[in-house]
Amino acid sequence: MKWHIEIREKIFDAIGEGVLRDILDLGITTVKKVFFIQVYNIVGEISFLEVKKICEELLVDRITQNYTINKPHLAKSRYESVVEIAYNPGVMDPVEGSVVKAIRDLGIKSPITVKTAKKYILEGRLNNFQLNTICEKLLYNKLIQHIVKSSEFEVEELRLPEYQFRLITIPILEANDKKLMAISRKGQLFLNLKEMQTIKAYFKKLGRNPTDCELETIAQTWSEHCIHKTFKGKIRYIEKIKNQKSRIKIINNLLKSTIMKSTEKLKKPWCISVFKDNSGVIRFDKRYNVCFKVETHNHPSALEPYGGANTGIGGVIRDPLGTGLGAKPIFNTDVFCFAPPDYPFKKLPPGVLHPKRIMKGVVAGVRDYGNKMGIPTINGAILFHEGFIGNPLVYCGTAGILPKEKSFKEPKSTDLIVLVGGRTGRDGIHGATFSSGELTTESEKVSSGAVQIGNPIEEKKMQEAILEARDKNLYNAITDCGGGGLSSAVGEMGKDLGVEVYLEKVPLKYQGLSYTEIWISESQERMILSVPKNKLNKLLEIFKKEDVEATVIGKFTDTKKLKLYYKNNLVCNLDMKFLHQGLPKIEKKAIFVKRNYKEPNFKEPKDLKKYLLRLLSHPDIASKEWVIRQYDHEVQGGSILKPLVGVYNDGPSDASIVRPILNSKRGLIVSSGINFRFGFIDPYWMAGSCIDEALRQIIAVGGSLEEVALLDNFCWGNPDKPDRLGSLVRTALGCYDFALGFGVPFISGKDSLNNEYRIKNKSISIPGTLLISAIAVMEDIHKAISMYLKKPKDLIYIVGQTYDELGGSHYYDLFGYIGNNVPKVNTKKAKQVFEALSKANSEGIIKAMHDCSEGGLAVALAEMAFSGDLGVEVFLNEVPYKGNQIRNDFVLFSESNSRFIVEIEKEDQKKFENILEGVPFGLIGCVSKDKIFNVYGLDGKLCISAGILDLKEAWQKPLRW
Amino acid sequence: MRKVRVCVLRTAGTNCDKETAFAFSKVGATVELVHINRLIEKKKDIFNYDILAIPGGFTYGDDVSAGKILANELRFRLIDKIKKFIQKQRLIIGICNGFQVLIKAGVLPGNRNFIQEASLVTNDSAKFEDRWVHLLLTDKRCIWTKGLPKIIYLPVAHAEGKFVVKDRSILLRLKKNSQIVFQYCNEKGELLGYPYNPNGSVENIAGICDETGRIFGLMPHPERHIDFLQHPNWQKNGIGLQIFRNGVEYVRKNF
Repeated sequence: MKWHIEIREKIFDAIGEGVLRDILDLGITTVKKVFFIQVYNIVGEISFLEVKKICEELLVDRITQNYTINKPHLAKSRYESVVEIAYNPGVMDPVEGSVVKAIRDLGIKSPITVKTAKKYILEGRLNNFQLNTICEKLLYNKLIQHIVKSSEFEVEELRLPEYQFRLITIPILEANDKKLMAISRKGQLFLNLKEMQTIKAYFKKLGRNPTDCELETIAQTWSEHCIHKTFKGKIRYIEKIKNQKSRIKIINNLLKSTIMKSTEKLKKPWCISVFKDNSGVIRFDKRYNVCFKVETHNHPSALEPYGGANTGIGGVIRDPLGTGLGAKPIFNTDVFCFAPPDYPFKKLPPGVLHPKRIMKGVVAGVRDYGNKMGIPTINGAILFHEGFIGNPLVYCGTAGILPKEKSFKEPKSTDLIVLVGGRTGRDGIHGATFSSGELTTESEKVSSGAVQIGNPIEEKKMQEAILEARDKNLYNAITDCGGGGLSSAVGEMGKDLGVEVYLEKVPLKYQGLSYTEIWISESQERMILSVPKNKLNKLLEIFKKEDVEATVIGKFTDTKKLKLYYKNNLVCNLDMKFLHQGLPKIEKKAIFVKRNYKEPNFKEPKDLKKYLLRLLSHPDIASKEWVIRQYDHEVQGGSILKPLVGVYNDGPSDASIVRPILNSKRGLIVSSGINFRFGFIDPYWMAGSCIDEALRQIIAVGGSLEEVALLDNFCWGNPDKPDRLGSLVRTALGCYDFALGFGVPFISGKDSLNNEYRIKNKSISIPGTLLISAIAVMEDIHKAISMYLKKPKDLIYIVGQTYDELGGSHYYDLFGYIGNNVPKVNTKKAKQVFEALSKANSEGIIKAMHDCSEGGLAVALAEMAFSGDLGVEVFLNEVPYKGNQIRNDFVLFSESNSRFIVEIEKEDQKKFENILEGVPFGLIGCVSKDKIFNVYGLDGKLCISAGILDLKEAWQKPLRW
Repeated sequence: MRKVRVCVLRTAGTNCDKETAFAFSKVGATVELVHINRLIEKKKDIFNYDILAIPGGFTYGDDVSAGKILANELRFRLIDKIKKFIQKQRLIIGICNGFQVLIKAGVLPGNRNFIQEASLVTNDSAKFEDRWVHLLLTDKRCIWTKGLPKIIYLPVAHAEGKFVVKDRSILLRLKKNSQIVFQYCNEKGELLGYPYNPNGSVENIAGICDETGRIFGLMPHPERHIDFLQHPNWQKNGIGLQIFRNGVEYVRKNF
């Protein structure tokens, strides 16, 4: 029997109201009311009375909801449109599992399937075009969902035919170069000619053609996503800068010769495991280490923002979980870059989702996964630029904590391979190779298998079981199934040993998967364990107790071969050595030509208050409270410095602090530095600024440079284009110089290349964007400092030198300028500033501190004032400033690095100034109890006078959705 | 001194179990995290505990509605035990998702037949929100709130926290029996709308107890404010700890 249940709110329909607001946002004003209906379709041998029981005891909240059984709501008139959205066959319905479980709890045992759908009633006149717009822009995404035709109300059951084994071989021995490339393209392998030729030569030696599975395995393993061939390959780099001799450099391995080299040189004893495992590991205290990793999930988020971000955060959580023998996740971070949220619909390229929808979907995806996993999301940033129209950037990070003796793994050749977590389906096939190519308008059609939805509760259950098994020493190694699925997880873990896997043993979501699909599927929430035979039963018992599937799918061997079987048929037999070392090195060309922008020439505006207000409303700077509050930033109980601080808890914190061990006074600080605008002018200085920013945020909240580790995340365009690669190389060179200069090591990183969008023959690259994430161990969390002003009459200082560095600044951006004089970093001077402030803080005399970043000292000061609900009286001629042009606006809005605004009690003046000896600083004014922001210009006359509530409103309004 | 035993109940999607356990142990209780499957399989016995705490989280992913599936497990798999636990006058606290469970299982506001009389539904803002709220201590019946000042400050973090009742009579009964424990308010104790009332709850209700005052459910998270360092401005002592202390001391005095 098929049962169709519709549930509707009786009193207040919050979801319907939300959709109505979004429809108004689209500019459609004829819809007057929206009602939301939750649909459950149940199929099974159950009676009407049983269905009634299911409704009344489970599905319906009888206090607030009504329901119908098999009486679907149909449109009553032409003033009413009814749309029902269901998941496509094969897409996981995250609710299904728990509803089936709950029906069992009611005592109903006959076999059933449950599918959910969402139905919307739109009241008001709409033409077909408007209705389509609403459906496509708001209600569904055709990659994972479809509109149910009104006549059918049946369960979309996935009835795939049972899979009949047939070994497929690919005729590459006979193929010429043209055919080789055709095979690569048709199979979505994204392998280039030289790689295809190398594969052909390997199989020629073996005297046979490869199976489809072997070819897929090689493509996965050699994909940019998995092996980072650009960063590890050979690059011929040419650098041309005006008035400088151009230089040519041959780089053999960019990663090893820049990022990793600085770590090697610094030799920090507290770096435990760097660039080896799924995340970088540093020491936390005598008993624990902490690890941290940031990943990107850009391509999937462009196509399906909710699912893409959802699985992005889900994936990076498995990195700490798969580090060493498993770390408990303790916080998440997220940084996004989108096109401006008010981007005109008319200008949108075909096949591209509107940035506001992408942003809402991405935020919801991160929110739902992080919150449901019980991991606080505590730090992030959101920036906007038109260059991200086709490729939004979604960086997700997770840190974990693990007992120090659990920090390393080693699979043994006698171990069994155990797959734990979710089941395997067709989802995410070709994710790894797909992300290694450019997006096109066709991407959504050919690559839709690469889009998935996560199931955080599955991952949470798996986490509980893993951590218990870890503490009982029941396995020797662990890793996660990410891009490339089993292929990359098992292949990587067994690369020094040898592997045998029996693919028919892998638990499937539904029948019909071929052996190759099983092997390369990127279904979420799965991990691989290497388990000694004598510990298997104990391990399986723990997973069973948590309701998590755990299955032996094969074993490690000492043959140095990757052997896969499907029902006793050998479907893959590759040498590990070829797989992991056979990738031909390709020399790529990189050219960096420094662009010279026009240095703008304009007079200082008379009304500087207007520009301060406009800067505060700049979407990069404006309050992100709408986003931050949707993340649980306090779960696990360790929140010390929250992302929002101030008298009304609504000011922008520089960084966040957590206490991972609740009865310890040790904390962790996390911060991030990102500024692609400086990269327009010179990516070398962008790298310097990003590192400086991440570090000064740590100083600003009361940390020190003692034990700080960095992560790098490069998001760039197509590395086969020399200009893209040139700016990437220059950035990496910057990373090396500044990490070394500050004495702060990188411990892990990731790159996401090919962030380009192709329309017809034009390829749009994103602005090359470096994200630096920093994690610092804080010895005593009682030393934490927040950024908002505390008390009238306190003194206000600026510490650090201001230059006329307006290039790439947000002030110039208001006029549409880029400029040339990009902010520089002098690590020696910067360190003096940082260390002096750390010292002052250790003496307990700093009451508030905020770093100067986007919008310069004016924005920093304004944020401190309105967050503290206090005014200021400030004098610009006390600011240490050097520049060709001496102007108020430059002093106010320059984004020079290594600067802080500090609040000090009057009686501590001498003490503070003594500590600052040798460091540029200025006593620029004091806190006032009147809620007025008064700035006196270089001529001593009042140049800005604004009410702090007006400043706050300008800052809060733009993203208060 | 008598050992006070606390069962922190957990299942798939429970998140705040460890910090809730930490809060109880900080005030001297002996705490155990117990998976509901162990109770159903009878491998653990609920009567070995003085206090049942159902912590925050997203049990079963909030699928169907927040707390519903765990509430049904209590109602259909453990009902006799829960009834007896209550009859034996032991203590129950439900925080956030735990409050949703107690309401949807009909344990709160409380009637003999465990019929649901109130609900916690989607916030008026239609989204999850994490923010600190002021709470007015309305009635004094609840044993968990002894010695608290008139206004306290705790964080909420939920998407489905709007308290609603079946009909007016339930509200009148709650008032008559002094079962309304906390109401959302501003720093002066005035009952105002959003954001002070973060979810649109009827009469700003943030927490209620049963007629005996021994069973308590609330949306805010006292376990997230047991130490001044968790306070957003580091200005006040961890007022939430008093709630856990009250439970433990009640057991010591009365059991």
